[in-house]
Amino acid sequence: MAAFAAARSSRGVLSAIKASFNTFANVKHGLAVAPIAQSHLLQHARWYSVSHLSVHERIDRKRNAALVGGGQKRIDAQHKRGKLTARERVELLLDPDSFVEYDMFVEHRCSDFGMEEDHNKFPGDSVVTGQGRINGRLVYVFSQDFTVFGGSLSGAHAQKICKIMDQAMMVGAPVIGLNDSGGARIQEGVESLAGYADIFLRNVLASGVVPQISLIMGPCAGGAVYSPALTDFTFMVKDTSYLFITGPDVVKSVTNEDVTQEELGGAKTHTAVSGVAHRAFENDIDALLNLRDFFNFLPLSNRDPAPVTECQDPSDRLVPGLDTVVPFETTKAYDMLDIIQGVVDEREFFEIMPNYAKNIVVGFARMNGRTVGIVGNQPKVEDDDESPVCAGCLDINSSVKGARFVRFCDAFNIPIITFVDVPGFLPGTSQEYGGIIRHGAKLLFAFAEATVPKITIITRKAYGGAYDVMSSKHLRGDVNYAWPSAEVAVMGAKGAVQIIFRGKTNQAEQEAEYVEKFANPFPAAVRGFVDDIIVPSTTRKRICRDLEVLASKKQTNPWKKHANIPL
Amino acid sequence: MAAYMITPTLQRVLLSAKHVSFQSRYCVVAGRARYSVVYDASEKTFDKILIANRGEIACRVMKTCRKMGIKTVAVHSDVDANAVHVKMADEAVCVGPAPTNRSYLNMDAIMDAIRITGAQAVHPGYGFLSENKEFAKRLAAEDVVFVGPDTHAIHAMGDKIESKLLAKAAKVNVIPGFDGVVENVEDAVKIAGQIGYPVMIKASAGGGGKGMRIAWNDDETREGFRLSSQEAASSFGDDRLLIEKFVDNPRHIEIQVLADKHGNALWLNERECSIQRRNQKVVEEAPSTFLDPDTRRAMGEQAVQLAKAVKYSSAGTVEFLVDSKKNFYFLEMNTRLQVEHPITECITGLDLVQQMIRIAKGFPLVHRQEDIPINGWAIESRVYAEDPYKSFGLPSIGRLSQYQEPISLPNVRVDSGIQEGSDISIYYDPMISKLVTYGATRAEALQKMEDALDHYVIRGVTHNIPLLREIITNPRFISGDITTNFLPEEYPEGFTGHRLTPEGRRELLATAAALYISAQLRSQRFMGNLRVSTTSQEQSQWELQVELEKKSHLVSLSRSGSSFTVEVDGGSVEVSGEWNLASALLPLSINGNPRVLQCLSRDATGQITLQYLGTQFKLRVLSRLAAKLTGHMPEKVPEDTSSILRSPMPGSVVAVSVKPGDMVAEGQEICVIEAMKMQNSLIAARAAKVKSVHCKAGETVGEGDLLVELE
Repeated sequence: MAAFAAARSSRGVLSAIKASFNTFANVKHGLAVAPIAQSHLLQHARWYSVSHLSVHERIDRKRNAALVGGGQKRIDAQHKRGKLTARERVELLLDPDSFVEYDMFVEHRCSDFGMEEDHNKFPGDSVVTGQGRINGRLVYVFSQDFTVFGGSLSGAHAQKICKIMDQAMMVGAPVIGLNDSGGARIQEGVESLAGYADIFLRNVLASGVVPQISLIMGPCAGGAVYSPALTDFTFMVKDTSYLFITGPDVVKSVTNEDVTQEELGGAKTHTAVSGVAHRAFENDIDALLNLRDFFNFLPLSNRDPAPVTECQDPSDRLVPGLDTVVPFETTKAYDMLDIIQGVVDEREFFEIMPNYAKNIVVGFARMNGRTVGIVGNQPKVEDDDESPVCAGCLDINSSVKGARFVRFCDAFNIPIITFVDVPGFLPGTSQEYGGIIRHGAKLLFAFAEATVPKITIITRKAYGGAYDVMSSKHLRGDVNYAWPSAEVAVMGAKGAVQIIFRGKTNQAEQEAEYVEKFANPFPAAVRGFVDDIIVPSTTRKRICRDLEVLASKKQTNPWKKHANIPL
Repeated sequence: MAAYMITPTLQRVLLSAKHVSFQSRYCVVAGRARYSVVYDASEKTFDKILIANRGEIACRVMKTCRKMGIKTVAVHSDVDANAVHVKMADEAVCVGPAPTNRSYLNMDAIMDAIRITGAQAVHPGYGFLSENKEFAKRLAAEDVVFVGPDTHAIHAMGDKIESKLLAKAAKVNVIPGFDGVVENVEDAVKIAGQIGYPVMIKASAGGGGKGMRIAWNDDETREGFRLSSQEAASSFGDDRLLIEKFVDNPRHIEIQVLADKHGNALWLNERECSIQRRNQKVVEEAPSTFLDPDTRRAMGEQAVQLAKAVKYSSAGTVEFLVDSKKNFYFLEMNTRLQVEHPITECITGLDLVQQMIRIAKGFPLVHRQEDIPINGWAIESRVYAEDPYKSFGLPSIGRLSQYQEPISLPNVRVDSGIQEGSDISIYYDPMISKLVTYGATRAEALQKMEDALDHYVIRGVTHNIPLLREIITNPRFISGDITTNFLPEEYPEGFTGHRLTPEGRRELLATAAALYISAQLRSQRFMGNLRVSTTSQEQSQWELQVELEKKSHLVSLSRSGSSFTVEVDGGSVEVSGEWNLASALLPLSINGNPRVLQCLSRDATGQITLQYLGTQFKLRVLSRLAAKLTGHMPEKVPEDTSSILRSPMPGSVVAVSVKPGDMVAEGQEICVIEAMKMQNSLIAARAAKVKSVHCKAGETVGEGDLLVELE
């Protein structure tokens, strides 16, 4: 807490402040310390001399001050860390000249610890807010400014964010947050905490009303992490962003674990291990450009249909590769992404959480220009992952990953296409102890309550309860197809025969009989549980046609305050 | 009926207006080239033929069988169950698991397949059992016709030494040499004079180029003899020397022969197959630019003499080495249908497979030697799934995620046995197809080949189209000045892809920039009634920065309709096209000239990969703002590759020569990977201690898989 002490003692001790700023660069605590900054602006201007200036001059001066945030030195330091400034980020994210800034003149209201002094006030404080356009479509955005008090959150900072969120809700437009903040502004104390809560509340109220996206572009620690956690999507920048409740120092003192920031809360950790973040990008520029691309998939609000963009890929295109994609041997793996990329427009698939719970694939694509959400079991599991037995299985992580995605699509009118090749739920103590029953139920719940168009294609296995879960006809699937390679059954032939003919000797024969009877799409088709058995190469054509029809689908669930999903 | 002539249809002429002038010229050629290969319905051959092969050649044989009204039986390994040749056949029989020695070489299983299906004859294609006399014998024993020569011809030509002796006896030129030991200098000069210059003097015990001298005259022979015997003595302790004819600037030219069971034989002109890598042919053409009619006739007649001498029947190929003075020497005879047979079909109008089947049934040849024409020119490029940047081609594997053959172009023939979705596996030959183009002249055929390569869409596996396109546009190749060492001579440092000219670079940069803007503009077009209106950017001028080969170029664009004027590198480029972002092909007009590029990938961050003139180029298009800010982005440290060894290709690990803790020297062998019948020794990049080993013998590894880590 050296930094804090230094800041409190006196702003006059410049060397101490500098030292504290250096240490600040590495966020060590959940609640970061914002050192008092020395601004070169104020070396020539005290408040009473400013008063002699005309209002116009003062406006210009303030605006100019706001544009440079914490000053050139801090901007250089930010660049040196491989990070862009808050304004550069906004400029890259939005269409040229489309940014309309709000609250450029807002300043923090803290009067303790010398914060009230002019040189500790920065027009706009530590966040840039406003609205603009991405490919012509409206978006609200806030971008935390690390050059001003380390981007720490003051009451004013929170108020600025709340203002744009309120307006985004009223207008019905998404909110994008670019997070780069050391944490709460300690000088403001409870004011800062209140600010967080104000944002959290709005995140919760906006959830399901307008899409909310967080892009973590620097530190985000302590209570601050709950804002991204409440939003729909959290993206990170590799090597320069961190998300954690408590930093490595506190971890060391509490649990005696030695861990680096990167290991504890870096992009790799959160995209592959914790599942907190949905995707990570190489650097600020890549992240912002990808975000622009991603934004085009989303409707502006729950009042809007899924967006339709111009499409040059023929909707009736046959995909010959799909006829051979499922291998002959039912135990052999194949890549579900081959199917997805073959079917969707221009092979373009924006995968969500590609490195987490790889036995399920989720993401956005377009079909004849219209955004769709894609869910698919992934039979292909790379060598370095879990045993191939669980390939395509539903387990705790994949159920949660799938459920959250399905709920997002349902909330925002995005049709859901489900590709099924699921051998069942993953067995084992770790799964049972972890609560696979509770978590698996989430995916079941999500598919069942979804009222958007739901199209399901069974490519191979659809076994047991997992068959029911994966957007089956019984959960109000609108169109359910089976490929000729589909097997809808309670379990695989071997297991089934061992139970049905327990103790009998000629199991191979009975297995063959079982395969003949059940390991094909007919049992489901004769009961109407699949609507048709289709030639795989016609899959794209059929989905596009069905989506056209289902575009006017109306379905409502019974009135309720809200459902009680098994969290 | 010109079975394997590429016959332009009226429809094609109508569809491709820009080819009309070419078409009309071609029609004349086609008229001449059309040869009377008429299927005689009364000439009954077989009811059912089994094709003991896979891939393109199986499909090729089946096509002719179909035309002849013969039912076909495919054999396949289990992994090939979905293969094209299996779908094409009337019946298919699985003959075993993936490895060839348990399936396509499994004679027992294939004999069973014949019995089950009642096939009357077997066409072996090339490779596998095509030159296996044991197989031919077993077929004969069961009264099944082998579509190929008799056993004794296979046997006689299968042995290198015996075939040379037979050739010599049949008065076919063989490489002259003095088999005995050369006594002294004057003896050497005498022998050299008899053989004819240039000669090669080499150590009897020699090897590795030691004690080897080439002499072009008597003086050089004297000096060569002296030096070589000294070297031989010091290197091998044996100063005995041999002299043989040195074939300078050798070309590989082969003669297609066709012989029936009644003693008739024809030569169907030559194929030039000099463009090779590791003794495998890459580009072939017929006829050869090098042969004059006299040499051609001499070679043809000798080839026929040899065929008659061994009582050859069916189609066969006599391979010759030809030196710069048009002296030709017999190499070997292939007693099967060759891979490159289509180019002979193109210039002669004969269907070789049909002829083989007729001959096998015992029908006599219907053509006389004077009926065999050379009509036009045909070129064949072997399109392989391999990485041409690694020693002119190391195999690659994968799934063909997108695949379009350029068959909509006139005068293009593609022989392939795969389709979109097919897997190229480590078990079989990595050939994707044989791309054949035909024209009235060589220049026309080459121009067609350029177009065909540009229109060929192959995604999902690495392929050698970059190399093929460079070869056929290489000035030396175009002039016809080629030898079997063409590739190493032209690319001594290995193949590195197309070298951009300043103009080419401008074209490429302009295309990338225009493509980027087209995509940007499209991403702003939303359909339907929108609750919140969008703001459209009425922009028609852009300032961009494009990175290519680690250099940044400032680019300004202006658009009118679908055409862009691009200022780049001090020049102006006019690019227009449909800009269909969903299509694999990008047909453009660049400065008024038609040019087909392919966009292989395009992402949100401005990364664009374009295939331009066959080679893939990675570009990055950024707005000026993004480009300016890129300087602040941290450099990502690339993996230190000297301390890790990754597999350069997919294959199986034959041997691992190190274990953790071992010290290895620079260049020491670490492990051996076998891929497509080739063993590759992987060596240490520097001296180090082995940290960990991630593979073991017998394992299958993919390209880029980590094998060994060094400390």
